[in-house]
Amino acid sequence: MPRTLIQNGRVIDPSQGIDRVTNLLIEEGRIGAIDVDSGLEATRVIDATGMLVVPGLIDLNVQIREPGFEEDETIESAAYAALAGGFTSIAAISETNPPVDSAAAVTYLGRQATEADHCNVYPVACVSSERQGEEMAEIGILNNAGAIAFSDGTRPVSNPELLRRALEYTLMFDRPVLNRPEMVELSRDGVMHDGKVSTVLGLAPMPTEAEDVMAARDIRICEATGGKLHLLGISCSGTVDILRRAKIRNVGVTASICAYQFANTDEAMRGFHTSFKLNPPLRSADHIQACIAGLKDGTIDVIASGHAPRSSEKKMCAITEAPFGMVGLETALGLVSTHLIKAGHLDWAIAIKAMSFNAAQVLGLAKGTLQVGADADVTIIDPEQRWTVDTASYRSKSFNCPFHGQELVGRVVETIVGGVSKFRYDAA
Amino acid sequence: METPGFLEPFQGRWTKRHLLDLESLTSDEITLLLDVAQAFKDSTESCRRKLPVLTGRTSVNLFFEDSTRTRTSFSLAARRLGADVVEFSASSSSLSKGETLLDTAKTIESMCIDTLVCRHKAPGTPQMLAANLDCAVINAGDGPHEHPTQGLLDILTIRQHRGDLAGKTVAMVGDIAHSRTARSNIWGLQKLGAHVIVCGPSTLVSRRWEEFGVEVSHDLDSILPRCDVLNLLRIQFERQYTRPFPSVREYALLYAMDRKRMERAKSDILIMAPGPINRGVEITPEVADGEHSVILHQVNNGLAVRMAAMWLLNDGRATS
Repeated sequence: MPRTLIQNGRVIDPSQGIDRVTNLLIEEGRIGAIDVDSGLEATRVIDATGMLVVPGLIDLNVQIREPGFEEDETIESAAYAALAGGFTSIAAISETNPPVDSAAAVTYLGRQATEADHCNVYPVACVSSERQGEEMAEIGILNNAGAIAFSDGTRPVSNPELLRRALEYTLMFDRPVLNRPEMVELSRDGVMHDGKVSTVLGLAPMPTEAEDVMAARDIRICEATGGKLHLLGISCSGTVDILRRAKIRNVGVTASICAYQFANTDEAMRGFHTSFKLNPPLRSADHIQACIAGLKDGTIDVIASGHAPRSSEKKMCAITEAPFGMVGLETALGLVSTHLIKAGHLDWAIAIKAMSFNAAQVLGLAKGTLQVGADADVTIIDPEQRWTVDTASYRSKSFNCPFHGQELVGRVVETIVGGVSKFRYDAA
Repeated sequence: METPGFLEPFQGRWTKRHLLDLESLTSDEITLLLDVAQAFKDSTESCRRKLPVLTGRTSVNLFFEDSTRTRTSFSLAARRLGADVVEFSASSSSLSKGETLLDTAKTIESMCIDTLVCRHKAPGTPQMLAANLDCAVINAGDGPHEHPTQGLLDILTIRQHRGDLAGKTVAMVGDIAHSRTARSNIWGLQKLGAHVIVCGPSTLVSRRWEEFGVEVSHDLDSILPRCDVLNLLRIQFERQYTRPFPSVREYALLYAMDRKRMERAKSDILIMAPGPINRGVEITPEVADGEHSVILHQVNNGLAVRMAAMWLLNDGRATS
């Protein structure tokens, strides 16, 4: 196993409160030491002058479309794309057919990931059988097969009884339930944020109450059961308020937001471009500001990519018929850097904590840290590099990205998984 | 055929490739469209005479929603201008074999067409086609978004009967939330200086509409004495999941324009409806067929407006 010395980088590790220019040693696939001498003998020396050296990014909200929708994405292509985005671990949310509600499905996912040999891929199995939202899936068996969390993905657990049972039952295995708070009766057939723009365009709205009401319900059930609840993809000021109050009461709830949420307001929908059809939808500026405040004060724990690949032919249709979602793995860091950090809303330490350590904590992984002895999952970022999003160069199989052609500041230059360099940006 | 003399003053003044909405048009562009429509109407004696200024051109009607008046109007308008017209039926096309909408449109365009007239239930579909095709695209109604030629023909009708729009009060009553006609009218009327009121039950006319600069009312009787024009919109049950009011009977009681309400209105009020009309729901038969009604004038003006749009997008454009 090679010894890798990363020199002169700005090492940011929120788990230890580290933020200084120093040297980091990787050996035997683990973090060997921090603050070592520059002259230390190593198989490989990386000059990280001007770069950020951070714990490998972890994405807990990645839709993997295999099996069933391989035209959108495979486990291999998603894990490959993750590396280019600086992610060393991803949690694969079940958006598959058949869904991941059996031990065989969990095992298949793990085997495909191992064969791909890119980043770590952690299976998230279904909460309910066949993702139907009626009967609880065999959570114990799924847990034993390797599932690290439970979620019906983009299908919110609408049945409060099912959610209560799931939160109680998963307590036995100390696993979280990841739920998208959306009351579908309120957002049915909605295409975009409910506001002036939706009224002008005549597009069916997705009111913020659909998220707020469901989040409040979920949190109350979480509080009653003592289970571990994670709210996926929150986007509304009301939800941030509800969460903030819940955390003051020490409810076991965490929440994530998608990186794209900060890049545009609902005004972007004026072009009727289906790539902007997202769920949660792009919100108005006041909601974005509330979410930024939530990130700053720790109300929102995690920033995820919200990776939702869909092949071109599925998006090349009328906006009401197009599926939701955009590919996000390869742009998430750039969006955060450009729209949160360069824009002056957030510092790197909070952003990295939200994209790494906190995600690991939610999933119960001993990752997201540069502590000596931890897995050497490391991401190196050039915070000043300007680059233009070009979907033609994507590693993902799908190109449904509304940011094609936009310039971002800050990009991943190297991704190291278990001490092995898995991705290096080739500027040429 | 050379450009007829009555069109010469308008030639080269239009600059846009497509006609997708009224929101993005200036007041000058709207006025130009109205003036050309009026010129067509005047010169062709109620549009009965052919004016083959688009001979050799081809227009395709790509309608994904049922339509009587709009489709017929666009077809007739193209034919009156000498263009060839192709009617496209979604149900018997390759769309039923799984071809994407855009691929279908590109296939049609590759047969050297000049104008594509599109109606679709999804907002933004004509915009999507316009962004991907070279031919001129006319929006013939995209879901609840816009119906620009309907807006123009409504405004032309008002202008013919009441002159300058500035200072006039125009109320639209009914299902504003789901109405593409309302949206096009709001932009067009306001750009020409009219005061616009939207009126209906609060479930169909929310306070959010005030952000458009219009007045919102839920009480027809209170606004009636101030209105110069009343445009009665159809309740679009097909676009609603849950009925936004308790019963049709209650709606008619609160919002139907009937003889009794006519007594509260200005003596020269114009009664309009974009059609199809639900007699007895939004409007009673005696009002629909009464002396103040200009509903059939609207239909007739539709032909002139569509001729104007087709001519401007083809031979009347500055770049052509």
